[in-house]
Amino acid sequence: MKVEARFLLGLGLFFGLIGLVYWLWSGEDAGGVMLGAAMLLGFLPGSYYLYWSRRMDPRPEDDPAATPASGAGVVGAFPGSSIWPFTLGMGAFVTVLALVFGIWLLLPGLSLVAWALLGGVAESRRGGHV
Amino acid sequence: MVDVLERPALRAEPPPEAHGPTGLLKWLTTTDHKVIGLSYTVTAVIMMVIGGAFAEIIRAQLASPNGTLVSLAQFNELFTMHGSVMIYLFAGPFAFGALANIIVPIQIGAPDMAFPRLNALSYWLYLTGSITMLSGFFTAGGAASFGWVGYAPLSNSLNTPGAGADLWIGGLLLTGFSAIFTGVNLVATIFYLRAPGMTMFRMPIFTWNLLVTAILILLAFPVLTAGLIMLYADRHFGTHIFSVAGGGVPVLWQHIFWFWGHPEVYILALPFFGMVTEIIAVFSRKPVFGYKGMVFATISIAALSLGVWAHHMFTTGVVLLPFFSMMSLLIAVPTGIKIFNWIGTMWRGEVWFSAAMLMALGFLVTFLIGGLSGVYLASPPLDFFTHDTYFVVAHFHSVVMALVMAGMAGLYYWGPKFTGYLLNETIGKVQFWFLFVGTQVFTLPLYLVGLRGMPRRVAIYPHDPQWKFLNDLSSVGAVLIGISTLVFVANLVYSWKRYPAGPNPWDGQTLEWFTTSPPPHHNFYRLPPIRSERPTWDYNHPEHRTVPHGPRNGDGA
Ligand code: HEM
Ligand SMILES: [Cu+2]
Repeated sequence: MKVEARFLLGLGLFFGLIGLVYWLWSGEDAGGVMLGAAMLLGFLPGSYYLYWSRRMDPRPEDDPAATPASGAGVVGAFPGSSIWPFTLGMGAFVTVLALVFGIWLLLPGLSLVAWALLGGVAESRRGGHV
Repeated sequence: MVDVLERPALRAEPPPEAHGPTGLLKWLTTTDHKVIGLSYTVTAVIMMVIGGAFAEIIRAQLASPNGTLVSLAQFNELFTMHGSVMIYLFAGPFAFGALANIIVPIQIGAPDMAFPRLNALSYWLYLTGSITMLSGFFTAGGAASFGWVGYAPLSNSLNTPGAGADLWIGGLLLTGFSAIFTGVNLVATIFYLRAPGMTMFRMPIFTWNLLVTAILILLAFPVLTAGLIMLYADRHFGTHIFSVAGGGVPVLWQHIFWFWGHPEVYILALPFFGMVTEIIAVFSRKPVFGYKGMVFATISIAALSLGVWAHHMFTTGVVLLPFFSMMSLLIAVPTGIKIFNWIGTMWRGEVWFSAAMLMALGFLVTFLIGGLSGVYLASPPLDFFTHDTYFVVAHFHSVVMALVMAGMAGLYYWGPKFTGYLLNETIGKVQFWFLFVGTQVFTLPLYLVGLRGMPRRVAIYPHDPQWKFLNDLSSVGAVLIGISTLVFVANLVYSWKRYPAGPNPWDGQTLEWFTTSPPPHHNFYRLPPIRSERPTWDYNHPEHRTVPHGPRNGDGA
C-alpha cells in the first residue's frame, strides 16, 4: 500500500509544482486549471492510500516473503458472465446517436441505460446470473 | 454466474470451470478478461486494416502532383479518418485494451480484472464508438473532414456542418469513456489483485507501464471528453466557447485538445515500451537491465508528458515557448535511459533472433529516429520552420510505425499464450523485413520533402521534380508496408492451429508463462513462490535464480 500511496502523491506533487510555475510564469489560466486538476487526481487517491497504509498490516502482496499459501482465502466475487454490460453499452450507443439523429432517440437510449443499471445492480445483489 | 473465488492455497485441483452460455450469447455476455482482450485485439486489428486502406488511397493520390483519384473534399475526409481511426480506434485500444487486458492480470497472478463487468462495458463502448465514427462515411455530407485534431474554428457548425462531424464527436465520447473505464480497471487490478509476494517492485515492466498508462488515461481523457462536450455545445446549443464572435477563444480548443493529445502519445507508447522490454529480456535470456531505472524512467516520462502540450502550438504565438521547449527536451532524458537499458539487457545475452525479437529491434531503431526528430521539433526556432510540413508527419510516423512493430512483436510473443498456437517464424521474419524496410522508405523521404517545404494535408502540390520523386518513394514504402500486412494475414491463415505452443514456448520469465496456453478460467491452477520479478524463470532455473530474497527487490512493502 505504501508504494501505491507514494507513487500517486509524488505525481500529484509534481503536477502541483509545474502547475504553479507554469501559471505564475505564463499567466495562462486553462493550463493552470488543468494541471491543478491533475494535482488533485494524484492527491485524492494518494492520501486515501496513505491513510490506509498506516492503519493496516501489509497485505500478502506487499510482503516480499509471502508464500502462495499466505494469500489463501476469498479473493473476491467475479461474475462469470452477464448481459448487462452489453445492454448498457447499447443504451449509451443509442443515447449518443441522439446527439446526431434527433432527440427522440434519447427515449430508447436512456431507457436501455436505466434498465441495464437496474439489472446490473440486481444481479450483484442476488449474487447470480439473471 | 458469480464465482466467489478462493485463492488456491497449495491445492492442485482446477479452479471452477467456466459456465454459462455458449456461442454468440457467450461473446455478448462474457466478462472474462481473456475473451474481452481477444475481442479488443481482433477489433483493433480490423481498425488498423481500415485505417491502412485509407492511407494507401492517400499515398496513391499523392503519387502524382495533380492526382485525380479522389476529390479534394474526399481527401480531407480520408486524412481525417485515417488519423482518427489509427489513433483513437486502433493504437489506443490496441495498447491498453487488447494485450494489456489479456496479459496484465495473468502477469500479476490475478484471476481476472478487478471489475469484469466494467471491462465488458469498455469493450462495447469501444466497438459502438468505432461504428459511430466510421458511419460518417454513409451520411450525405460524408465523414468528418477537419483533421484528427478538430481545430476550432474549422470544426464549428458553419465551417463543417453535417452529421459526419457530429458522429466523430459522438464516437469519441463513447471511446473516451471506454478508455476511462479501462484506466480505472487497470489501476484497481494492479493495486488490489496481485498475488502474494508480488510486491510493486516485482511487477513485470509491462504491468508497471500499464499502471502508469492507466494513470495517464485518467488524467488526460476526461479533459478531451469535456472539450468534446464544449465543441458539441458550440455547434448545436449556440454557446461561444471556441468562437471569437461570441467572446470565446479558439485557441482554448488547442489547449484542451493537446492537454489530452500529448499524454495520449505516451498512452500509446508506454504499453509498447513495456512489451519490448519483456521481449528483449526473454530473447536475451537475461533479466531486464536496470529494472528500477526502467520503472522510474516510465514514471518520469508520464509525469513530464503532462507539461509539454503546447509544443504542438508553438506557432500560435500565444504560448510560453521556453517552458514547453524545456519540458519537451527533458523527456529525452528518461527516454534515453530506456534505450540504454534495452541495449544493456541485450549486452552479453544469448540473443535469439526470433520474429518477435526482430520486431522489437525494429521498434528500437525506428523509435530512435522518431524520438530524435521529436527533439528537433521541441526547439521552437526549428519548429517554426517545420510546423505543418511533412517533417512533422514523418516524425510521428516514425514513432507510430515503431509502435506497430512493437505491437507485432507483442502478437508473436503473447499470441501463443492466449490462442495456444505459435505463428510461423519464417513468415514472421519475412513480414518483419517488409515492415521495417517499408517503414523507412515511407518515412525518410517525408522528412526531406518536409524540409523542402511541402505542407501536410494537401491533395495536390506544385510540380517540383524533387517533391515528386520523394513522394513517389514514400508511396513505394507505403506499398511495402501494405504487403507486410498481407504477409501477416497470410501467416495467421497458414499457422491456424498448426503449431501447439505449450505453456512456455520461449522460456519466459514472468507469471503468464507459468500457466497453460490458453490459461484456464480464472487463469491459474497454482502459483509458484514469487521472490523476484522473474518468478517463472526462478522456478524453472533454480540454479540461476534472479536475486534470491535479496533486499534489492524486497523493499516494495
Ligand atoms: C522525445 C519525445 C517527443 C518529442 C520531444 C516530440 C515532439 C513533438 C513536437 C514538438 C510536435 C509538434 C510538431 C508540430 O506540429 O510543429 C510533435 C508532433 C507529434 N508527435 Fe511527437 N514528440 C515526441 C514523441 C512522440 C511520441 C512517442 C509519439 C507517439 C506515440 C508522438 C506523436 C506525435 C504526433 C501524432 C504528432 C503530430 C500531431 C499533429 O499535429 O497531427 N511524438 N511531436
Ligand atoms: Cu506532443
